[in-house]
Amino acid sequence: MLEKALRGSRGYWLWIALLLGIIGVGFLFYLQQLRDGLTITGMGRDVSWGFYVAQFTYLVGVAASAVMLVMPYYLHDYKTFGKIVILGEFLAVSAVSMCVLFIFVDLGQPFRVMNVVLHPTPNSVMFWDMIVLSGYFLLNIIIGWATLGAERKGVQPAGWVKPLIYLSIPWAVSIHTVTAFLYAGLPGRHLWLTAIMAARFLASAFASGPALLIILCLIVRRVSRFDPGKEAIQTLAKIVAYAMITNVFFLLLEFFTAFYSGIPGHMHSLQYLFFGLDGHGKLVPFMWTFVVLAAVGIALLLVPKWRRQENLLAAAAAAVVVSTWIDKGMGLVVGGFIPNPFERVVEYAPTGAELLITLGVWAIGFLILTILYKVAVGVKEETAA
Amino acid sequence: MGFDRREFIKIAGLSALAGLGSRAAFELLGPGELEATSVSYAAKESALTAKRWAMVIDMGKCLPEAGCKDCMERCHRIHNVPDFGNPKDEIKWIWKEAFAHAFPEQESEYLAEHLHHEPFVVLCNHCAHPPCVRVCPTKATFKRKQDGIVTMDMHRCIGCRFCMAGCPYGSRSFNWRDPRGKNAQGEPFLKEINQEYPTRNKGVVEKCNFCVERLAEGKIPACVEACRHGALVFGDVADEHSEVRQILREHYTIRRKPELGTDPSVFYIV
Repeated sequence: MLEKALRGSRGYWLWIALLLGIIGVGFLFYLQQLRDGLTITGMGRDVSWGFYVAQFTYLVGVAASAVMLVMPYYLHDYKTFGKIVILGEFLAVSAVSMCVLFIFVDLGQPFRVMNVVLHPTPNSVMFWDMIVLSGYFLLNIIIGWATLGAERKGVQPAGWVKPLIYLSIPWAVSIHTVTAFLYAGLPGRHLWLTAIMAARFLASAFASGPALLIILCLIVRRVSRFDPGKEAIQTLAKIVAYAMITNVFFLLLEFFTAFYSGIPGHMHSLQYLFFGLDGHGKLVPFMWTFVVLAAVGIALLLVPKWRRQENLLAAAAAAVVVSTWIDKGMGLVVGGFIPNPFERVVEYAPTGAELLITLGVWAIGFLILTILYKVAVGVKEETAA
Repeated sequence: MGFDRREFIKIAGLSALAGLGSRAAFELLGPGELEATSVSYAAKESALTAKRWAMVIDMGKCLPEAGCKDCMERCHRIHNVPDFGNPKDEIKWIWKEAFAHAFPEQESEYLAEHLHHEPFVVLCNHCAHPPCVRVCPTKATFKRKQDGIVTMDMHRCIGCRFCMAGCPYGSRSFNWRDPRGKNAQGEPFLKEINQEYPTRNKGVVEKCNFCVERLAEGKIPACVEACRHGALVFGDVADEHSEVRQILREHYTIRRKPELGTDPSVFYIV
């Protein structure tokens, strides 16, 4: 089936060339990072995780969201999703690939990465994260490839695929729960030390992933003869609406607990993020952009009249993708380190090199996504013909 | 999609080459990055041993000597701690913090006057329940069973910095750049190198190790030895006849953030 990715229009090859160009630039800056160390990033002794780990966290959510298609289709026989479930699975594959790469580029000693396997350490949440992420990657690529192959031949998928599909449902929940536990189990990091961290992660995941998928569906429909279906896209929009409302609700719960109890440690990070602390407030404009975009996105998705207009729907989906990215892909990780254990505010901003390496990893993810989608859409066009 | 044996061998050969080649390419990119020879600290007969090493810092003796940096300078010199000259990349094993920052939850406007300004000596607390050890995915940071010291294998550390997120005391430092390198003016980050202790690679985390290398030779930690004012006392807190236990019995002491359940082994007399 892979040969389908080798034949494409001029636009397809231009897009591939663009991605390869961005990957090349990112790789050059990664070589600089290998030579000079992580000092070329904006991270430091106080904010010791930054943009890379933030992207990782956000993308685990995107990956987990495939379950929002798999569950209705396979468990509840919601046939409308039949056409696009493969798009969700392949999005998960590309998202997990980016997650792994973002961890890799964040390591100080990347060539020792196999130490995690050579010295397995079950008391470290990172060990479990490695297991659930690699497992989820395999599940989705195997399930996606097997079902697509069967569809091409016009037969039912092999019998062994079904159990894997059922397994992938709780597995999707596990990847984001375990990723939340990376943060939620650390004493002394008040922003992260919250029992609803995993729930927040899942809520924002089920908003951001399907929102991204809506945009992808609209693009696929424009560039190919495959139509994911109006109703499928509308159902996705409803999923995004309610997941996003839940996500915002959970954030408000954090605000209540912190500010009604008045415990300084619980308030500080939120104060820093949304209002500024001790005269520092680099992230304040970003966090309010998150608030505005979240509100706009929810409003557009909730009102049926607006949701049904596809250009408004695209805008709403984009608003949700960007706002969840600011909240989780920036605020949550960086905010957790501010103030530092000495109650000092040391701010963080990514450097140019860091941004270009980040962009390079995103481009690798989109390259994987493009190839997988090209194959999937090619098969769909072939069987429809 | 037929796929004969010849083709398979061709692809397998190419992939193997790619695998080998990439390794070689990485060698090219970072030439001469030999790792520090691992030094093992086999315990001699004269080695100092304890069930649980601990430190008492008598601020009554330390505070009047506000300008004194003997303990820090000695520690950083013998452990080859580099000076990068900027706070972002800074590496420190033992340093000073104002009371309000070392004990942020105890801070009050009406605190005894001398506590407002004077700096407290801080270092790794060698917790009985260390979060850094709990989170490390490779056991590069570990707690020694025999004496409770939390120390590191810097050859195993992958530089993920989970321990830095986990440590509630800010006691861990990462080598953001090569400590064996030079600054823009060509001055080395390590003014002099103590050959008795390894220097580090870039990309690994490090911290105070309670001088495991000196204890193995029967010497007390460098900071304790360096302090001319007797403000630092080191001993076995599990031994009721030890000097530290004697002091703890007679003085009111506090520890940093004990409410987090880490059970720190560094005590302060305020």
